[in-house]
Amino acid sequence: MSLFNIMDISGTGMHVQTIRLNTVASNMANVDSISSNADETYRSKQPVFQTILDQRTGEPRNGVRVKEIVESQAPLKMEYSPNHPMANEEGYIFRPNVNVVEEMANMMSASQTYQTNVEVLNTSKQLLLRTIQLGKG
Amino acid sequence: MSNSIFGIHESALLVRRDRAEVLANNLANADTPNFKARDIDFRQAIHQFSSQSDSRFKPDMHRTNARHLEGFAEPSTSDFLKYRMPTQPSLDGNTVEAHIEKAKFAENAMQYQATLEFIDSRIKSISGALKGE
Repeated sequence: MSLFNIMDISGTGMHVQTIRLNTVASNMANVDSISSNADETYRSKQPVFQTILDQRTGEPRNGVRVKEIVESQAPLKMEYSPNHPMANEEGYIFRPNVNVVEEMANMMSASQTYQTNVEVLNTSKQLLLRTIQLGKG
Repeated sequence: MSNSIFGIHESALLVRRDRAEVLANNLANADTPNFKARDIDFRQAIHQFSSQSDSRFKPDMHRTNARHLEGFAEPSTSDFLKYRMPTQPSLDGNTVEAHIEKAKFAENAMQYQATLEFIDSRIKSISGALKGE
């Protein structure tokens, strides 16, 4: 345990938030990936976080990691559009189950948390520098 | 020796540092499902730390030979970890409330700096005495 450990913890926090931002970007980029069958259609991806436990003590003191990235089980948007080049025999196309509003909120939350972790890192750095300077002033 | 020079501030610095770590971990886990926010009970920890003086630096180490050296370890604050009572629990079981944790972290950082000031002035007064100023 030390102030250096805080930097590791905040580092893992920043890391998982960038992964979350990445999945948001991927979801947003694929919002119009139309497909002619349900299996091939893009599904919204969401990371699930997990706290890292200390190997020795079992305490949750080591930050956070991505446990898995799950695909949203929300129903795909089926749309009747017989003139679309991707339409299947029945005239349907499938749109991804990406909710743009949800993703935007997700993005803002992720960047906020990222920022918080940066602040924690900065504060720890200052405290560490001052500790090193002890007795020199 | 160092304990007697710096008094309670040495223990205080350790507890504040550990508390900063716990709060940083809360903030890093702000979006982890089922994560429970924690905090160190400073009053209890500092009381325990300062009353045990030197014995706390010797952990229970299994020594198989009388000539084995005694171990030196840092005292642990994990006994004083408490769970935070959330004011607005979220659906995924996470009890981290970022604004509260941020405030606590900032508060703890200030207190850490104050403790550093105390230690620094103690060092200055001692080095002044040694130099005969």
